[in-house]
Amino acid sequence: MTKPILIPLSEAENGSRLRIRSIEVQGVLRRRLLDLGFVAGNVVEVLRRSPLGDPTAFRISNTTIALRREESSLIFGERIGGAQI
Amino acid sequence: MTPYTVAFAGNPNTGKSTLFNLLTGMRQHTGNWAGKTVITAEGEFTHNNRLYRAIDLPGTYSLYSNSADEEAARDYIIFEQPDVTLVVLDATSLERNLNLALQVLEITGRAVVCINLIDEAHKLGIEINLEAISARLGVPVVAISARNKIGIEALLDQIERVASGTYTAEPLHIAYNEEIERGIAQLLPMVEQTVGRSYPARWIALRLLDGDESLMASLQNRMNSQTIPDPKEAVRHGVTACH
Repeated sequence: MTKPILIPLSEAENGSRLRIRSIEVQGVLRRRLLDLGFVAGNVVEVLRRSPLGDPTAFRISNTTIALRREESSLIFGERIGGAQI
Repeated sequence: MTPYTVAFAGNPNTGKSTLFNLLTGMRQHTGNWAGKTVITAEGEFTHNNRLYRAIDLPGTYSLYSNSADEEAARDYIIFEQPDVTLVVLDATSLERNLNLALQVLEITGRAVVCINLIDEAHKLGIEINLEAISARLGVPVVAISARNKIGIEALLDQIERVASGTYTAEPLHIAYNEEIERGIAQLLPMVEQTVGRSYPARWIALRLLDGDESLMASLQNRMNSQTIPDPKEAVRHGVTACH
């Protein structure tokens, strides 16, 4: 079996869906992200980017949450689909 | 008879305060907890001729992220030990909301889970298996609509069952991986010896493993104030100072 290719959320294109595999954010912010649904195994969809490319809106657990690159570059997942909803 | 205390916990925007206002009506006032800039509401309601004191905790997604709101909600549940903690969930986004429910249920089994906005969920085609959720969580689960006054009597009946002790449950026991369980097993005897029987030892051990300094500070505060011998205080609160 080949190992899934993991990319940071910050690199995923708009409309793509990823299954979260690891969260490298530490400390209080890690806890906050976990509480918001950024948990390994959960599926996140990249909704859109703001005009300057940051922050990015993500759809997770039925809620839209915007993350800055500082955080989204430390959350890794594997692609599980394109723009189909 | 002293009134039963019911603490209302829940995520923001779950209709927690709508339910609180519906039950307590005009009989409420806002309070500001000592040492914290957290405003909360307290009120009263009656059911089957029993008086209940209701406390509206701040709406939070978690009890662990250490904002003032979350610390206040956590400390209330741990230290004030309400007769019932009512966890209000949004039926249209249960997955997110169950996070807080699990956190509360690991602390106490004296809880009722209330799934609000059930009419909204039905409109969205969401079906919720209350029996299955109740079986998994080990506490009564009731679906309501606070806004349209659906299921309120059933909810009050379940609150009464838990408050009166007709229904009792232990805190929810979540099995963690081997490493964490080993840590808990090592800490548990020390925790039990230090904090006594009145606090949920397994949960405190878990928080220690997580390095929760805010809880440590709260506990320390609490323990220090208890070690000061004050017989009047002990009698007033019925505290058994046997540790």
